[in-house]
Amino acid sequence: MYKYDNYDQEMVDTRVAEFRDQVERRIAGKLTEDQFKPLRLMNGLYLQLHAYMLRVAIPYGTLSGDQMRMLATIARKYDRDYGHFTTRQNIQYNWIKLEEAPDLLADLATVEMHAIQTSGNCIRNISSDQYAGAAADEIVDPRPYAELLRQWSSFHPEFSFLPRKFKIAVIAADEDRAAMRLHDIGIQIVEQNGEIGARFYAGGGMGRTPMIAPLIRDFVSVDELVSYSEAILRVYNRHGRRDNKYKARIKILVHEMGAEEFIRQVEEEFAHLKGENIDAPAAELERIKGYFADPAFEDGLADEIDRSDPDFAVWLDQNVHAHKQPGYAIAVISLKPVGGIPGDASSAQMDLMADLAERYSFDECRVTHSQNIVLPHVRKQDLYTLWQQLDEAGLATPNLDLVSDIIACPGLDYCSLANARSIPVAQKIAQRFSDIGRQKELGELKLKISGCINACGHHHAGHIGILGVDRRGTENYQLLLGGSGEEDVSLAKITGPGFDEDGIVDAVEKVTDVYLAQRDEGERFLDTYRRLGIDPFKEALYG
Amino acid sequence: MKILTGNDLKSGDVVWWTGYDWSRHVSDAAPVHDGATDVIAREIARRTVSDAYIVDAEKTDAGVLPVHIKEKIRATGPTVRVDLKLAPPDPAAGNWVI
Repeated sequence: MYKYDNYDQEMVDTRVAEFRDQVERRIAGKLTEDQFKPLRLMNGLYLQLHAYMLRVAIPYGTLSGDQMRMLATIARKYDRDYGHFTTRQNIQYNWIKLEEAPDLLADLATVEMHAIQTSGNCIRNISSDQYAGAAADEIVDPRPYAELLRQWSSFHPEFSFLPRKFKIAVIAADEDRAAMRLHDIGIQIVEQNGEIGARFYAGGGMGRTPMIAPLIRDFVSVDELVSYSEAILRVYNRHGRRDNKYKARIKILVHEMGAEEFIRQVEEEFAHLKGENIDAPAAELERIKGYFADPAFEDGLADEIDRSDPDFAVWLDQNVHAHKQPGYAIAVISLKPVGGIPGDASSAQMDLMADLAERYSFDECRVTHSQNIVLPHVRKQDLYTLWQQLDEAGLATPNLDLVSDIIACPGLDYCSLANARSIPVAQKIAQRFSDIGRQKELGELKLKISGCINACGHHHAGHIGILGVDRRGTENYQLLLGGSGEEDVSLAKITGPGFDEDGIVDAVEKVTDVYLAQRDEGERFLDTYRRLGIDPFKEALYG
Repeated sequence: MKILTGNDLKSGDVVWWTGYDWSRHVSDAAPVHDGATDVIAREIARRTVSDAYIVDAEKTDAGVLPVHIKEKIRATGPTVRVDLKLAPPDPAAGNWVI
């Protein structure tokens, strides 16, 4: 894992001291709310539906045991004993007191964490593949490149006041586990003629105008990763619309300008930057890579696992992923128990996950954009013991990528932007499909719920998506079908008129019935939908 | 009826204007009339609240509650965590959906 150098630590500590002074001045009345609001947002502190909400950055979703333990401490000490892991691999606390926020940030800084650039029109936390460094299918570990970009984008003076927020994802496998093409910039690290480089996509995103990012350059040498990113940001910063926040994201610019002209301007800027010498020296990238070297894997470990406990076998088949190292596996901890709140974890659960990461996974865990937690490097011989401890803490739900592994934004239960509640709908659907045998019969089915058009719950990318809207003061839910955030990326389509909160659960069941009745051998829900089109599903819903 | 709400500056807690002070319980809210904008200006200047605004409300069997669902949830807490509620005026609030 990356470790702060003196500069990183000083930068974060200085920011904490600066924010402490700003909070004191706000409470003393020396700053008005209008003056203070942009300052608190720069430190990830929102005012939400019930209280201040703090969003803490988790760079590329990677955490050490100590960091996870600190997240638990913060939940206990400053919040109401829980936190919410988000679709951008961050964590949010819902009940923060302004007067305590500086102390909280100071505690966070002791484990090399902060909340900087988790809000505002800047480059946000860079997300990545939760299986980075462990997956068998990756070219290289994408995190050193994400870290390089994190350093470049942190406090970047030119990009601190962009037309709108800006999100980057970096992956290094053909399987896209980070919804890469639904980001402002999506980067896939690739190998071409023996050289490692970056494939760039730009202009993707969800929100009220979902777009899939087009390819804008097939290969950029990693030596020029920063300058090519800078070229994209400069074109966006120059032409992105500042007159209308709903048209200010780069996706609108790329769409309105046309990908061809956008690429031409980026290439022109890139050529201009070649003489500016802004890329990090190769030695710096090598230094960063050193932090992401493989842990000391043991050789010669057995791959066989005792499957005699049937409940363990179900979890093993569903929540454990292949590892690149023989004798090891990637274990996914589901934060989606039936009846639970997707992405929420209590401080006790966070403490346990920290302990388990230390004991079984070389002190590392990951947050997924699907709001689960990964232990990336577990010896197969430890999986049963690990599962027993997870099961005891309610963390062994065997539902990864099944219908109850629902992404849900906080919705109207917490969010001041929301129009409808997301969590109760997720809970009701999970309860309707609670039988794990039934879920497995349905197979891979990614269900994603947003409580408003801003799409924090990724409903556009759901095999089944649900969008909550306000219809004359009443919650109403639109059903969408056919989305994917993966390498077969697509945007879901609305089926028709919306449903009330009970009706939407019935609607989900109806479309799964169509799938079960009409699927061909080996087809996932999404495959059947793509083969049949939307009509048979609409017929079942409205016919 | 109209009532006045805001967020306590230091804690961020949702608060309701009682006619002379702020309460964390919506059931304490008093109707506001023409002078509401003066109250808002004065209370923001006193730094008791970070912002304040007027919402539509109605008297129910459980006491005063905002009309719109967003303000209702804001007044009574997340419907999915009834354990976090502040003495909810509607004891069935957690069962609105689930």
